[in-house]
Amino acid sequence: MMQVRTVEIWVGVFVAAGLAALFMLAMQVSNLTVVGDDQGYTVKARFENISGLKVRSPVTVAGVRVGRVTAIDFDPQTFQAVVSMRIGAAYNQLPLDTSAAVLTSGLVGEKYVGLEPGGDMEVLKDGGEITLTQSTLVLEQMIGKFLFDKAESGKE
Amino acid sequence: MLDWLAQLGRHGLNFFERLGRGHLLLLALLRGVPGLVLRPLLVVQQVYAIGVLSLLIIVVSGVFVGMVLGLQLYNTLVDFGAEASLGPVIALTLVRELGPVVTALLFAGRAGSALTAEIGLMKATEQLSGMEMMAVDPVKRVLAPRFLGGFIAMPLLAAIFSLVGVYGGYFVGVGLLGVDEGSYWSQMQSMVDFDDDVMNGVIKSLVFGVVVTWIAVFEGNDAVPTSEGVSRATTRTVVHSSLAVLGLDFVLTALMFGVD
Repeated sequence: MMQVRTVEIWVGVFVAAGLAALFMLAMQVSNLTVVGDDQGYTVKARFENISGLKVRSPVTVAGVRVGRVTAIDFDPQTFQAVVSMRIGAAYNQLPLDTSAAVLTSGLVGEKYVGLEPGGDMEVLKDGGEITLTQSTLVLEQMIGKFLFDKAESGKE
Repeated sequence: MLDWLAQLGRHGLNFFERLGRGHLLLLALLRGVPGLVLRPLLVVQQVYAIGVLSLLIIVVSGVFVGMVLGLQLYNTLVDFGAEASLGPVIALTLVRELGPVVTALLFAGRAGSALTAEIGLMKATEQLSGMEMMAVDPVKRVLAPRFLGGFIAMPLLAAIFSLVGVYGGYFVGVGLLGVDEGSYWSQMQSMVDFDDDVMNGVIKSLVFGVVVTWIAVFEGNDAVPTSEGVSRATTRTVVHSSLAVLGLDFVLTALMFGVD
């Protein structure tokens, strides 16, 4: 029988290592480090088409993640998608005329919302709305358009 | 014909009897767990025997599983020019599936079999009935600490396995194959979700911990008290708990990730 104290120390090391591994998994491997959802402010944006955007998709400015999509709703009056975004409190300097676009990282990557700051002196507040929006590019529509244009120009 | 039917019936009855005894034991174990607050040393010793002594096999398998994942996935992903997704793929496979499942299988082989053999031998050498003679409840004194020890050790082992595996994949992917270090970590962080992925892995490992230690303790306690009976019980522990882990893993995965 080993000394009780040695056993206790080893168990302490083991439990600490296990908890540290869990902590590392939370911090290093998963995205828990990204701006907490409690602090920050919510803005809305209306898009014609957001196909592929999901709740928890990233919101970026100049490629830097500043927040997340928190809700996606459908407006039955205007037939538009209403995307709510939670933006970190540290990024409260976004001008009022910031524009939003649904973009794709890479050719087949995940969809995200890219914000493009404008030049207004006023800044976006909690509950504010981004009015300048650009919908996602739907690949099928682009190909269809391209083929149609080719056929049109071929006739002449 | 009648003999055959009788045999079938006997097997069926045996099966249900064992199932019933198993659940009664589980209830007794759960009742015995609160009393362990007064005797933490018993649990600490079991966490040492079950958890600390399993660290070596868990860490070594974790590193190698991570490295193999790195090599295999790199060769597949590089065909699509998507080797930057190596990080998230390795992390998701480990955290969601391989971490809890492989740890539970190794745990059943390393710790579960030892538990069964120990308890079975205690029964065969009449230590358990000796305790009863002294008005010490063997369930509270011997079985419950082992049960709680396994329950504590298993999720910690699974977390260590996953983390070590991620670093094993990092070593092969970034160190040997030249995947960009920044995209390995950043893509991983943007794809792996704490609540959906890491916590679900932890829940899985908790469930597996309960099931494996429960089966191990039950088989030990239920063993025929001869050397042959103990060896049979040990085999049954490994086989049954491995099957239970794999089956439950499917059910849990379907519950957690299947319905969206």
